[in-house]
Amino acid sequence: MTSLAEPKKWERLLWPLVVLTVFLALWHYSVMLTATKVFPSPLAVLKGIGELARKGLLWRYTGDSLRRVGLGFGAAAVLGIPIGLTLGWYPAANQVVNPVLQMLRPISPIAWIPLAIILFGVGETTPVFLIFLAAFFPVVVACISSVSSVPAIYRRAGRNFGLTPVQLLRNVVFPAALPQIITGLRIALGIAWVVVVAAEMIAVDSGLGYLVIDARNSGKRYDLVVAAMLLIGLIGLALDLLFRRLKTLRSVRWGFRDES
Amino acid sequence: MAFQRDGKITPVLNDLSLEVAQGEFLCIVGPSGCGKSTLLSAMAGFLSPSSGEIRIDGQVVTGPDPRRIFVFQERGVFPWLTVEGNIEFGLFALARAERQRRIAHYITMVGLAGFEKAYPSELSGGMKQRLEVARALAVNPDMLLLDEPFGALDSITRLTMRRELLRIWEAEGNTVVFVTHDIEEAVQLADRVVVLSDRPAKIQQIVKIDIPHPRDISSARYLELRNGIFEQLGLAHAI
Repeated sequence: MTSLAEPKKWERLLWPLVVLTVFLALWHYSVMLTATKVFPSPLAVLKGIGELARKGLLWRYTGDSLRRVGLGFGAAAVLGIPIGLTLGWYPAANQVVNPVLQMLRPISPIAWIPLAIILFGVGETTPVFLIFLAAFFPVVVACISSVSSVPAIYRRAGRNFGLTPVQLLRNVVFPAALPQIITGLRIALGIAWVVVVAAEMIAVDSGLGYLVIDARNSGKRYDLVVAAMLLIGLIGLALDLLFRRLKTLRSVRWGFRDES
Repeated sequence: MAFQRDGKITPVLNDLSLEVAQGEFLCIVGPSGCGKSTLLSAMAGFLSPSSGEIRIDGQVVTGPDPRRIFVFQERGVFPWLTVEGNIEFGLFALARAERQRRIAHYITMVGLAGFEKAYPSELSGGMKQRLEVARALAVNPDMLLLDEPFGALDSITRLTMRRELLRIWEAEGNTVVFVTHDIEEAVQLADRVVVLSDRPAKIQQIVKIDIPHPRDISSARYLELRNGIFEQLGLAHAI
């Protein structure tokens, strides 16, 4: 297959499946050959998932994790987008706020755990707050840079037609920046999903993160630990695929020309 | 007229006094970098000169205004809006029925019928340029300020676009100020051609093109006027 040829549909499906099979086979035979008692085989993990489904934990924990990410990420988007757009729109304000933003940004949400527990106690709010923190900064930063990269020609055209600053922001700057905002949201959602696991290891007693730590602590059930890990990976993949669908909306597709 | 940039005052246009009559088609030509586009941006109100002034109907221009619309090279259309959406963009103050009427009218006028729901990325360069002209005309401006609008088009499309622009100008009667570096284009289109010198630009000459439309571009008068401008800019007309 040359790089110019468009891969056929079955080819695009086949090769990832081959890689997956090889991965599972390697995993299976490594477990067999080393005769490890701790590390579960793929089959044991599958049985573990079945056990979780039977107990009703699979849907409940997945639902809890998704709800926390939804709330934390949602709050980050609702607050972060307007704040980011405003800061991008007023470079003077950005200059004032940016040092603080850049200082807070590299602090891992994990480092906030002790403070979050003091502030919100042990319960639902703490993991949601941590996810919010994880997603908020990437959203704000993406929005700031998306506004500053809107071509001046669009702003000029907008002003030429007599738009007020608010109309200009809503009708020109926001749609022009939207493709980049979507990319920022997608990255933030990925981070939020990574953080939910850590957040659920403390403060709550449900969710996929809790499942990882609980399966280990109560009876060293490593089949369930790996089952939870796999579920986290699969759901993360599904969330990302879902977000990628947004790029095909007609009013933003122009912004994703050269991406696959 | 001078502009301030990085604290340094750059005289761009020197002692330049120019009057444009209502309904006139004026072309501005000059060597690249001489300040043609700067002059046009100042007319539009995008730039404020640190000395000198621009008056329209006796009023000093202080900012952009929908009565004079600037047409960029094709990059000025909004990629997130359809053809319809782009034309509707400047009509937000109008009633819905009137908006629909104007959209339909100008889509037909620039020959984009059938592409109402298309996005700019689905259009050719020439179609995007016509869309931008339609968006500008839809707000009924007194003046159109065109900055090398056909510069990015291929030569065949460029010729068609010139004919289209003349047809629209004759139908609508707007005042047109058209900046180009293409002398042929200027002589084909304009009532008067303003020839600018190198920076700081001075008006070298204003040439009245007294040939009625449609212009025969092999007529003796056309060639005479064209060659006059070539000579004025110090260009030999043999390569």
